[in-house]
Amino acid sequence: MAVLDSKIPQGPLDEKWVYHKNHINLVNPANKRNIDVIVVGTGLAGSSAAATLGELGYNVKTFCYNDSPRRAHSIAAQGGINAAKNYQGDGDSNYRLFYDTIKGGDYRSREANVHRLAEVSSNIIDQCVAQGVPFAREYGGLLDNRSFGGVLVSRTFYAAGQTGQQLLLGAYSALNRQINRGKVQPFNRHEMLDLVVVDGKARGIIARNLVTGEIERHGAHAVVIASGGYGNVFFLSTNAMGSNVMAAWRTHRRGAYFANPCYTQIHPTCIPVSGEHQSKLTLMSESLRNDGRIWVPKKKEDAEAIRAGKKRGVDLAEEDRDYYLERRYPAFGNLVPRDVASRAAKERCDAGYGVNKTGQAVYLDFEAAFKRYGKVEALTHGHKNATEAEMIKLGKEVIKKKYGNLFDMYQNISDDNPYEVPMKIFPAVHYTMGGLWVDYNLQTTIPGCFAAGEANFSDHGANRLGASALMQGLADGYFVLPYTIGDYLADEIRTGEIPTDTPEFDQTEKETRERIEKLLNGSGKHSVDYYHKKLGLIMWDKCGMSRNATDLQSAMDEIRDLREDFWANVRVTGTADTKNQELEKAGRVADFLELGELFAKDALDRNESCGGHFREEYQTPEGEALRDDENYAYVSAWEYNENPRDAKLHKEELVFENVELKTRSYK
Amino acid sequence: MKLNLKIWRQEGPNVKGKLVDYPLDGVDGDMSFLEMMDILNEELINKGDIPVEFDHDCREGICGSCNMMINGEPHGPQKLTTTCQLHMRKFNDGDTITIEPFRAKAFPVVKDLIVDRSAFDRIQQAGGYISVNTSGNTQDANSIPIEKEKADEAFWSATCIGCGACVAACKNASAMLFTSAKISQFALLPQGEIEATDRVEAMVRQMDEEGFGNCSNTGACMVECPKGIKLDNIARMNREYLKAETIA
Ligand SMILES: Cc1cc2nc3c(=O)[nH]c(=O)nc-3n(C[C@H](O)[C@H](O)[C@H](O)COP(=O)(O)OP(=O)(O)OC[C@H]3O[C@@H](n4cnc5c(N)ncnc54)[C@H](O)[C@@H]3O)c2cc1C
Ligand code: SF4
Ligand code: FES
Repeated sequence: MAVLDSKIPQGPLDEKWVYHKNHINLVNPANKRNIDVIVVGTGLAGSSAAATLGELGYNVKTFCYNDSPRRAHSIAAQGGINAAKNYQGDGDSNYRLFYDTIKGGDYRSREANVHRLAEVSSNIIDQCVAQGVPFAREYGGLLDNRSFGGVLVSRTFYAAGQTGQQLLLGAYSALNRQINRGKVQPFNRHEMLDLVVVDGKARGIIARNLVTGEIERHGAHAVVIASGGYGNVFFLSTNAMGSNVMAAWRTHRRGAYFANPCYTQIHPTCIPVSGEHQSKLTLMSESLRNDGRIWVPKKKEDAEAIRAGKKRGVDLAEEDRDYYLERRYPAFGNLVPRDVASRAAKERCDAGYGVNKTGQAVYLDFEAAFKRYGKVEALTHGHKNATEAEMIKLGKEVIKKKYGNLFDMYQNISDDNPYEVPMKIFPAVHYTMGGLWVDYNLQTTIPGCFAAGEANFSDHGANRLGASALMQGLADGYFVLPYTIGDYLADEIRTGEIPTDTPEFDQTEKETRERIEKLLNGSGKHSVDYYHKKLGLIMWDKCGMSRNATDLQSAMDEIRDLREDFWANVRVTGTADTKNQELEKAGRVADFLELGELFAKDALDRNESCGGHFREEYQTPEGEALRDDENYAYVSAWEYNENPRDAKLHKEELVFENVELKTRSYK
Repeated sequence: MKLNLKIWRQEGPNVKGKLVDYPLDGVDGDMSFLEMMDILNEELINKGDIPVEFDHDCREGICGSCNMMINGEPHGPQKLTTTCQLHMRKFNDGDTITIEPFRAKAFPVVKDLIVDRSAFDRIQQAGGYISVNTSGNTQDANSIPIEKEKADEAFWSATCIGCGACVAACKNASAMLFTSAKISQFALLPQGEIEATDRVEAMVRQMDEEGFGNCSNTGACMVECPKGIKLDNIARMNREYLKAETIA
C-alpha cells in the first residue's frame, strides 16, 4: 500500500518552490532525447505541458479525443485568468492571491501548492503575451484587469468573454511549434482506454483510434493525465459534451488514489434549464457579476405573478426587489464566491421566489450598470445634459463592448433580449475540484504517472474561485510539471525504450477488448443516454448543491443498481472496428457509473459543510456552511478496491502553518 | 413541430454515401439543432438503427467542432451562428431540412456528417505561432505597450474557431479566411511581427499543398463565417505575402 507522502519541500512557505527546484534531480539535455512521455489531454494543462516537455527535449506523444487539440474543453472558458501582477496598484501580491485561494477553497487545500501557484501566476501572463495572446488592453496600451468573485482586488486578465479560447490557442500554437520540430507527435481522435503498469510504474497506455477502431499500444517512461474534470457525471453541466472521467478513472483502477471526489463547484450564473430535451447547460461568465445585480421579488405574490406570465420583472419597482446578495453579504455583495452565491440562489428559489416557469431562476440585472456607465460616457464626451434615455443608450454600448458576445449567446439560447429585460440565471454544475491525488511533484500514487489541470485534485480545496482553473492548468503545464517530472525521469535515463510486447501490455489490451465486447453485448433495452440521464438525476437530487446522509446512502445504492442494469441492458449500436460514437459514450458512462458511487461515499464520509460540499446537517442558524476543522481538515484519498463502495480511505492531513483557519465570511 | 430530415449517410471515406429521409416529430423551438439531432438518434437507437454521426463538443459555439451543411448553408440559415447555437425556433412546422457534411477536397468525409479537418492543423503547424520558448523567462507583459485598437483587431482575428465553414461556403474551397485570420493576429502584434515573412510563406505554402483552392474574392466565406471574421484579413494576408515575396 502506497503511503501518502505529499513531498512538500522544507523551509518557509515562500522559499519552498525555489528550494525544491534547486534540489530535485535534473535530466541532462542529451539524455532527454532518450526519454518518451505520453500526455493524455490537450487542454490548457496538456498542451502547455506537452509543448514545454517537447521544448526541453523529451519525445512527447499527445492524445485527445477531439479532432484537433484546439477543441479541448478549455476553449470554452469565458471570464479570465488570475495573476498577482498588481498592475492596478490595488495592493495585490503573491501572498494575497495565495490567501484568497486558500480561503476561497475553504481551507481544504495544501498551502505549499497554492503558494507555488500564486508565485508562478505572473509568469503565465508574461508567457502568454509573448506567445501573442491578445489580452484586453487599456487605451494606454497596458493590460486591462477585472474582478472576480471572492476577492477585493482586480487581478483577472481577460480577452473579452473568450479568455479560455485565446489561452488555449496560445498553448496550441506552442504545441504546433513543437510538432513542426518533430518533438511532439499528436494522436488526435484517440482515446486512452487504460493505463499500463509494469513493476509498479506507469509504462504506457492503451488507446483506441476513434476513426478506425484500432486498439493501439503506446509505451513511455512517464504518463501525464491531463484529461480534465468529471462534471458530466451529472449529465447536465457546463462541460463540453465529451468531457469524461475515463482516463483518470482507469488510472485510479490501476492504483492511483482518487481524491475528494465530492467537491463539485456549482456555478451561480448559468442559463436555467428550459426543458427535457436539454443536453447541456450554458454558463454566463461570472465577470457579469461585476456589473450585474442579482435579485428576486420581495413579495411572493410578485414572484407567482411573474411565473404565471402575468407580470414582468422589469416592471417591478425598486423597493419590491430583493437584492439578496447585497443584503446578506454587504462587503462582497454580488461578488461573493460561487458556492455562496449558488446556495443563496437555491435558498430563494426553494423559498418560492424563483422567476421562471419552473421556479428555478433568479434575475441578473444590468439596468443600474447601463445608467452608471452611460453617465460616465455622456460626461466624458461632453454631453452635460444627457437625458436618462440617452445615458442608458450609451451605457448599453459600453456593456456591449465588454460582454457583447455573452449577451448575444444568452439571447440566442433563451430568445430574450438581455439589453431590454434582465437575464434569468440559475446555478449549474461546472467544475470538479476532486481528481487524481498528486504530491507536490504532481505525481499520483503510481510512480511515473502524473496528473495536471482539472484532472488532479490539488490547489483548489473544496471550492474554486473564478479565474483560477485556467491559472492552475497553465501553471501545471508550463512551469511546474516540466521541472518536477525530471525528478522522476532522472532515474530513467538507462531504462531504454519501453517495449510494448510485454505481458503487461498483452493483459491490459486484452481486458480493454473484453470490456468493449461486453459493452456491445448488452440486451439492448436502453440507450447509453438513458443511463447517463438517470445517473445525472440521482447525482443532482442527492449529491448536488446540498446533501444529507440519508440521500447519499440511497444514492450509493441507486447508482450501484443502475450500474448493474447498465451492464446487462445497455444497447450500443454498431461495431468496434469503425467510428462509433455510441461505443465511445458507453465506455465513458460506464466509468461515470462507478465514479458516481464513490462520489456519494466521499460526501457521506465528510460530516461537515465546506465549499462545494454542503451537508444539510451541518449549517449555522443563518444557513451558512459549518466546517469542522478538528475532524475533517484532510484530503480524502480513495484507494480502489474492486467496488467503489469498498474503496479504502486514506487521509492526508492538511497542515496550516501560514494561515489561520477562520470561518469563511463574506459579510 | 414535425420535420422531414434528409441526411447524408456515408459509412466511411471509401464507401458511397446517400441522402436518407428521416421524418421527425415532437421537435420543440427551444431545442438547439444538435439537440434535435440527439432526439433523432435516440429514436434510431431505439429502433435498432445506427445513429447519425456528427462532430460536436462544447455546444456553446466556441470549440468549432460542430459542422454541417443545413439546406446548403454551413451552420444553417442564421448568420453569425454555429450549428450548436442554432435553435429550432428558426424553422417551421413541416419544413424539409437537408443536412450534409462540409464538402471540400481537403476535408475528406470520415463518416456521415463528420469530415477530416486536420489540414487546418497542418497549416498552423507550418508556422502559425510565435517562436518563443515556454520557459517562463520572458519579459514583463507590460513592457511592450500595444495600441488598444491594434490589440482589439488582433483579438478579433484570433477568434476564428477553425470550423471550416469558410471552406465549405467557398466555390473554390479556399482556406484563405481561416489562414489569413491567424496570419493577421500575429502580424498585428509586435511580438509576432519579427517572423511575419517566414510565417506567411510557410502557411500559404501548406495551405496550397493541402489542396485548398484559390480565393476569387466572392466573399461567401465571410457571409457564412459564424464568428464574423472579416475579409480584411485576406487583404492583410495578401499584403504580407507580397511583402514577403518582395523581400525574398
Ligand atoms: C463554460 C466554462 C467557462 C469557464 N470559465 C473559466 C474561467 O473564466 N476561468 C477559469 O479559470 N476557468 C474557467 N473554466 C474552467 C476551466 O476552463 C477548466 O477547468 C480548464 O480549462 C480545464 O483544463 P484542462 O486542461 O485540465 O482540461 P480540458 O480542457 O478539459 O482538456 C481535457 C483534454 O483531455 C482529453 N481527453 C479526455 N479524456 C481523454 C481520454 N480518455 N483519452 C484521450 N484524451 C482525453 C480531451 O480531448 C481534452 O483534450 C470554465 C469552464 C467552463 C466549462
Ligand atoms: S474563418 Fe470563420 S468560417 Fe472559417 S474557420 Fe474561422 S470561424 Fe470558421
Ligand atoms: S459544438 Fe462547439 S462550436 Fe458547436
